[in-house]
Amino acid sequence: MAVKMSKKAASIDMTAMCDVAFLLLTFFILTATAKIPEPLPVDTPASTVQTKLPDTDLATITVGKGKVFFDLKGREVRKRTLELMGQKYGVAFTEDESAKFALMEGVGVPITSLKQLIAMKSSERSKSNLQPGIPKDSLDNQLSQWIQNARIANIEIDDKELQIAIKGDAKEEYPAIKKVMDILQDQKINSFNLVTGLRAKDK
Amino acid sequence: MAELNTGDGGGKKGDGKVRSKKSNSKVDLTAMVDLAFLLITFFMLTTTLSKPQSMSLGLPDKEDKPDPKNQVKVDENRTMTILLGDNDKLVRYVGLLATPVAGGAPKEFSYGKEGIRKELLSRKKLVLEYTGNKDKGMIVIIKPSKKSNYRNLVDVLDEMAIVDVPTYAIVNEYTPEEQKLLEGK
Repeated sequence: MAVKMSKKAASIDMTAMCDVAFLLLTFFILTATAKIPEPLPVDTPASTVQTKLPDTDLATITVGKGKVFFDLKGREVRKRTLELMGQKYGVAFTEDESAKFALMEGVGVPITSLKQLIAMKSSERSKSNLQPGIPKDSLDNQLSQWIQNARIANIEIDDKELQIAIKGDAKEEYPAIKKVMDILQDQKINSFNLVTGLRAKDK
Repeated sequence: MAELNTGDGGGKKGDGKVRSKKSNSKVDLTAMVDLAFLLITFFMLTTTLSKPQSMSLGLPDKEDKPDPKNQVKVDENRTMTILLGDNDKLVRYVGLLATPVAGGAPKEFSYGKEGIRKELLSRKKLVLEYTGNKDKGMIVIIKPSKKSNYRNLVDVLDEMAIVDVPTYAIVNEYTPEEQKLLEGK
């Protein structure tokens, strides 16, 4: 009997530890947000400021290689924005296309070719050089329309002002960024976020 | 306890003699726990780090027709102008370009801790001594040129945050003298 007891004490019961570990694991897997492949990969400059971007009510304007991409958070907001954009430019989107758009990553095509883009598979969409960027000239300022309609949609659905984040490539020349800032300022958006990477303070 | 009955006793359920043989083997959970914690660590790190950092930036209202009434005159002794050129060039002057204050003549600096930050810190102190008023600190005017890139702009804005400059602005207008300053040397 005494021999049996010592044998039992030799191994630690790990069941509880295992339970806790898997509980935590499940929690983190569920809360983790899957990384969506970006159609326009950019290298953001680093800064020491550590303000986190909000998760909702956010539009991200990605600027890189002279192209501009537009991304929006929230499925309902995206659907409504697409509807408004369709009305504005006379393009009718079906229910299916709208549902697919709601789950898509950022877009960088003129509104006329948005239908073809939605019809593609997501692996095809993320190919580089496929999307030419959203037109932002003064003659055909679709970026400005996207922003404006997204703001309207966001207020309709969430009753909150849309936050704007600019995600610029570090090597992008300043006039390209300034152009986007000007478009925002034309709509009286004077406060926005610049997406940056993380850097140690004394560098 | 985490124990599993191995197959050899299975056929003779209810037989007391078999149980007394104690042929149960414990499943070793160590490897499983190891794996679980490894994955936990992975998910913990990725969830917190993948959230993008951001820097908020406020700009003044854009006016199509500048109203002379709204023009604020500031003491030139409090201002420092930072010009951003191409190839990571950075030139700063203090005061007016034609009549810079002592030690404030146009000079080239490098980015980072040893360069512009040192200058900003020392200048900030000097300005506070000059005004003697905590509310009237240094004013920094950032002028990115057309050739400068976005990284330079964020770097300078970052320095503003580190040094804690009370007032700074991004100005897009260039005088010919300033243009010459960036191109020359």
